Amino acid sequence: MKKLILGTAALALTAGLAWADGHGKTVRMGTEGAYPPYNFINDNGEIDGFERDVGDELCARAKLTCEWVKNDWDSIIPNLVSGNYDTIIAGMSITDERDEVIDFTQDYFPPTASAYVAAADGVDVMSGVVAAQTATIQAGYVAESGATLVEFATPEETIAAVRNGEADAVLADRDYLVPLVEESSGALMFVGDPVPLGGGVGMGLRESDGELRDKFDAAITSMKADGTLNTLLIKWFGEETQTY
Amino acid sequence: MFSYCSDPDTLGTFGWFSCYLSNGVHMSFYLSFVKVLLLLAITAPVALGFGFLGAMASRSRVLPLRWLGKGYIAIVRGVPDIAFFLFFVIALDQMFEWTRHQILCPDWTDPVRQGNDFLVCPQAKLPLGTSPEWMHETYGFFLAVITFALVFGAFAANVLFGAMRAVPRPQLETAEAYGMSHRQTFWRILVPQMWVYALPGLSNLWMVLIKATPLLFLLGVEDIVYWARELGGTKTSRFTSYPHGDWRMWYFLFLLVFYLGFTRISEIVLDRIMKRLTFGQATAGGEAQRKAAA
Repeated sequence: MKKLILGTAALALTAGLAWADGHGKTVRMGTEGAYPPYNFINDNGEIDGFERDVGDELCARAKLTCEWVKNDWDSIIPNLVSGNYDTIIAGMSITDERDEVIDFTQDYFPPTASAYVAAADGVDVMSGVVAAQTATIQAGYVAESGATLVEFATPEETIAAVRNGEADAVLADRDYLVPLVEESSGALMFVGDPVPLGGGVGMGLRESDGELRDKFDAAITSMKADGTLNTLLIKWFGEETQTY
Repeated sequence: MFSYCSDPDTLGTFGWFSCYLSNGVHMSFYLSFVKVLLLLAITAPVALGFGFLGAMASRSRVLPLRWLGKGYIAIVRGVPDIAFFLFFVIALDQMFEWTRHQILCPDWTDPVRQGNDFLVCPQAKLPLGTSPEWMHETYGFFLAVITFALVFGAFAANVLFGAMRAVPRPQLETAEAYGMSHRQTFWRILVPQMWVYALPGLSNLWMVLIKATPLLFLLGVEDIVYWARELGGTKTSRFTSYPHGDWRMWYFLFLLVFYLGFTRISEIVLDRIMKRLTFGQATAGGEAQRKAAA
């Protein structure tokens, strides 16, 4: 057994030596791929969405070679800090708790409203059972609101919980919910008032990666300045979305 | 894939499904079946190898070797799989990178651990930051194979250890009486006869291994359960040409059929192996076979 492990280690050590030199660093962009319109997998199996467009444009402006990587939401921060990819661009709101572990660029999506969606009118979202995705700002908000929180690993499951009656309502980003409500032919509806949450969506980076963060920050500033970011926001989120 | 797929809204049911089931995401779904089968094909023999070495070590006459074998079995069997899968893979990856870091970048002065961050020099990254995505995925896949093999190897070691003890003592005594050495007795008498005792335990492990493949997603490999969940989820017409409701039930039903079919085939094959191994053995099964033939 020991020999096998040593053998594998030796193999792993020598593999890739040949590529050690050569062209510049590729920046690996980590995303979830399950949160339209921010990021999702399109019919061809590629990562698509608002963040794909923004990310590609940012990389072009910062003159970086970028590659897209999928990772599930639960382990998206641990895999960033252990170096499996270099950025998180996954609709992640800037919060103080996350800022202690990783760094954020300035926001490329203005602070958003979250909203409650239920299967029937008149649900009391302050005392009922409310679904939210694990480790999101919405889950944190529900936990403190007095409602009973049920958490799910993916956004899809939070909606399914409302449809099958497991939860009275779901709290999520309004932009994620709008297409689902529109196409549910009346089965789902917005209830209560929108809740302003979080400090906008930014790109997450390792705290030790200050240089890369400055590059992306500058690129975001230039996209805000010439209006390309607004164009993309309207393309993916519609005319009535907030712009810069 | 087909020429008529450019506008799915106009198609009939059959045409729509033929386009839907052959689009790019579904190809990734089908590919994940190959991944799972490949994982099983590689992991099973490697785990059996680990198990054999573990069993040999734990019955060794050399004390430290025995401790190693027993320790391996006890520790890996005792730790919950999910904790092992979450912790071990990141640790293994960081161990490889740290070792490479020590060898390749002796002049590097910054600490490897900075707060939460694990930082090695760019040359030590595994795979390198510049390598294409498929290399990252292959590397992840091999980390998964090593992890699966280590976990299932410990269980296999325990099964084989028991099987080696189950071989009737007179068989070994006879071998010794013929003047065989310790090594000869082990390879010529003990090992060929132990498989019949080991097979029921090993076949259990094989079945559990088949069903444990969804743990792959914990290791960052996109397996069939991940894709079934992803593809079955509600799709709205804004983001796909093939909108549909929550179809996860159908996708999971398909997985159910796949897993049941696969385990059934395994059962049939294992039954045949059992018949073959029982032949001529001093067990109740072997005796029954002899009587039936006579």
